[in-house]
Amino acid sequence: MTWATGLLGSHAVQNVAIGAMMLGACAGALGCFALLRRQSLLGDAVSHAALPGICLGFLVAGGRELPALLAGALLAGGLGALSVQLILRRTRLKTDAALGIVLSVFFAVGVVLLTHIQGRGGAAQAGLSSFLFGQAAAILRGDLVVIGGLSVAALAVVALLWKEFKLLSFDPDFARAQGLPVARLEVLLTLVIAVAIVVGLQLVGVVLMVALLVAPAAAARQWARGLGSMVLLAALFGATSGLAGALASAGMRGLSTGPVVVLFATAIVAVSLLLAPRRGLLWDALRRASARRRLAGTDVLVTLHGVGQAHDDPAYPVEGGMVDAAHGLASARTLARLRSEGMVRAVTRPPETRAHWELTPLGRARAEAALRGNSGEETA
Amino acid sequence: MSALFASIPAMILLTGLLVAASGALLGTFLVLRGAAMQTDAISHAIVLGIVLVWMMTGARSGPVVVAGAALAGLATVLLSEALARSGRVRMDAAIGLVFPALFALGVLLINLNARNIHLDVHTVLLGEIGFVWLHTHHVAGIRVPVAVLSLGVVLALNAGFVALFWKELKLATFDPALAAAMGFAPALLFNGLLALTSATAVAAFDAVGAVMFIAFVIVPPATALLLTDRLAPLLAWALAIGAASVGLGYVLAQYWDVSIAGMMASAAGAFFALALVLAPGRGIVAQELRRHAQRVDADCRALVAHLHSHREGPERAEESTARALEEHLRWSAQRARRAILEGHDRGLLRREGRLLALTEAGLATARQMMAAGRPHMPGQDPETDTVPLKR
Repeated sequence: MTWATGLLGSHAVQNVAIGAMMLGACAGALGCFALLRRQSLLGDAVSHAALPGICLGFLVAGGRELPALLAGALLAGGLGALSVQLILRRTRLKTDAALGIVLSVFFAVGVVLLTHIQGRGGAAQAGLSSFLFGQAAAILRGDLVVIGGLSVAALAVVALLWKEFKLLSFDPDFARAQGLPVARLEVLLTLVIAVAIVVGLQLVGVVLMVALLVAPAAAARQWARGLGSMVLLAALFGATSGLAGALASAGMRGLSTGPVVVLFATAIVAVSLLLAPRRGLLWDALRRASARRRLAGTDVLVTLHGVGQAHDDPAYPVEGGMVDAAHGLASARTLARLRSEGMVRAVTRPPETRAHWELTPLGRARAEAALRGNSGEETA
Repeated sequence: MSALFASIPAMILLTGLLVAASGALLGTFLVLRGAAMQTDAISHAIVLGIVLVWMMTGARSGPVVVAGAALAGLATVLLSEALARSGRVRMDAAIGLVFPALFALGVLLINLNARNIHLDVHTVLLGEIGFVWLHTHHVAGIRVPVAVLSLGVVLALNAGFVALFWKELKLATFDPALAAAMGFAPALLFNGLLALTSATAVAAFDAVGAVMFIAFVIVPPATALLLTDRLAPLLAWALAIGAASVGLGYVLAQYWDVSIAGMMASAAGAFFALALVLAPGRGIVAQELRRHAQRVDADCRALVAHLHSHREGPERAEESTARALEEHLRWSAQRARRAILEGHDRGLLRREGRLLALTEAGLATARQMMAAGRPHMPGQDPETDTVPLKR
C-alpha cells in the first residue's frame, strides 16, 4: 500500500496515471460503437495502419513531437480505413482479406520507415518503438494537454451526434430511411474511432490497441441495458485498465504498459461474461442445471405413457435417448430415480444394446393420475 | 552447393522464398474461405506458445516449440469460436478479445524473463531475416541456416497437405455443405489448415515476425484473386507474386538500407495495389472504362429513341438538334457531343443540315428497342430510363 501511495505521490507517475485514465476512458467509450457496428477488427487494421503515419510525423517534425506524430497517425489510420472500404467496394475480396491486407502492408511500410529512421541514428527513435507496445511512462506533462484535448473533442462529437450515432449503430437502414446522411455519418464515426485509437496508441501500442477498443465495450455490454450506460461503463472500465497498466509498469522496470492494460481489461471481460446479471454465462449454466434437476419424474412418466398409447402397448419399452430428445434434457438421472421408486423398469430389446424403459403398473397409474390433472403428486 | 549456403544474400532470399511459398499455399484457401484474419490471431498467439514451452522445457526451437506454438494458435481459434457461439459477443469482437489477451500474456512473460530468454519483443513483431545465417546446423557436411531447415520442413508439410487433400480442400472451400454431406469433414480439414498455419507461423516468425507473416499469407493470394478465377492458376499466381515480392523487396531494402522483411511485405502490398488498379477485366481502370463505355452506349440509345419519337411533325425542327439534348434531356454539351459521335460511328444517324436524322440502321435499332417493350419517354431522366444494353 505504501508502495502505491508512494508511486501516486510522484509527479511523473501522476502524469502517467492521469494520461492513461483519459486514454482508456476515450478508447473504451468509442469502442462501444465499433463493437456494435461489428467493426472491432477495423480497429486492429487502423491501429496497425497508423504506424507509418507516426514515422512520417517523426520525419517531418524532425523529432518526437506528439502533435506531429498523432497527426501522421490519424492520417495514415484514416487512409487505412478508406483503403479497406476501397478494396471492399472494388473487388470481390471479403472483409477479412481487406482488413488483413491493409493491416499487414501498412505495418510493413511502417517497419521500413522505422528502420530508415533508426538507420539515420539518433537516440530519439527510442520514443518511437514505445508505440509498438505502449509506454505510458513516455507520456509527458505537455502530452497530457494534447491527449486530453483530442479525447474531449472526440467525446464531444459523440455527445453532439448521440442520436444519429445511436441509430447508425443499431439500425442503419432505418437511419437511411429517416433521411440521415448515413454515408457521411459513417465516415465521421469511423474518424472519431480512429482518433480514439491514435490517442490510445501511446498507452497500449499498435499491436494491442484493438483490445483496449473491444474489451471495455464487450464487458460493458454485459452489464448495461442502454447505450448511455454502456458507453459510461466502458469508459470506466477503460480508465481502470489504463490506470492499472500505468501503475504496474511504473512500479516494475522493463514492463511494457500495453500487455498489463490488456490483461487487466481482459480480466474485466472474463468476470463480466461469467457473472453479469441476466447475461452471465455462469447464471446460464446454473439455470440449465436446475432445469435438468427439475425435469420431474412425472413428466418422464407422462412421456413414456404417451409413447405407449401411440403404440397401443401400455408397457412399450422406450429408448433412453428418445426420452432425452423428447425433453431436450438429459434424463438418465431422473430415470434411475424412477426405477428406484418402482415406477419404471429397464429392459433390453435385442438386437439393440442400449437400455430401454417401460412403465410398471405403479408408474402407469401415476402417469394417468397426472394426466387427469393431479399433477400435485410429483415424485420429485 | 556449400557455396550457395555460405552466401548470405542467397540465404536471405531462400528464407524469404520459403516463407512466401508456404504462405501462398495456406493463404489461398484461407482467403477464399474468408478466414484471413485468423492468421492475424494465430501469428500473435503463437508467441504465448513459444514462451510457455520455453518456461516448461527450456527449449527455444525444435519440434516441441513448433507443437506448443501450433497448439496455442489453434487454441486462440477455438476459443474465439467458443466465445462467439456463447452469443455474448460477435465473431469479430471475439477474435479481437482472445488473441490480444494471449499475445499480451506472452509479451508480459517475455518482459518478466527478459534476462533469460533470448527473445525480445521487437523480434517478435519485426523478425530479423538479415540474421538467419547466424544460427546454422550441419546437414550432410553443409552449414545450413536453422530457419531454412525448419521452413523447408513446413513447406514440405504444407505442400504435402495441399497436394493430398487438393480435391477435398477445393470442395470444402467452395461448398462446405456438400463437403460435409459427402463425409469429408470440412471443419476438420480446415482446422488442419489452421494448425499448419500455426506451425508455419512459428517457423517463419524468427525471420519475418508476426505481422509480416500475415502479409505473406494474405496479400499474394488476394492479389491473385484479382487476376484469375480458377483455383490452380490462383495458387500459381500467389506463388509467383510471393516470389516476386521477396526478390523486389530484397533489392529495394539493400538499396535504401531498411528492414528486409518489411520491404518484402511492402513489395507484396505494391503488387496488390498494382493489381487493384490495373488488373485486366477486374481492376479499377477496367471497371471505369467499362462503366464509361456502358454510359456512352446508353446515351447513344437514348439519343436514337429521342430522334425516333420526334422523327415527324412540327417539333422535329426543334427536337432533332444537339441543343435539344442539352435543354430537354439536360445533358452537358460534352455528353451530347459524345452520344452524337458514337451514333455517327455506329452508322445510326446522320446530319441533315442543322438537324440530326436516323439512318436506316438507326430506325431499325429504334424499332427494335420499341419492340423490346421499353419505349423511351421523352423528357424523362435518361439515367434512370435507359433501354437494356444487351439482349
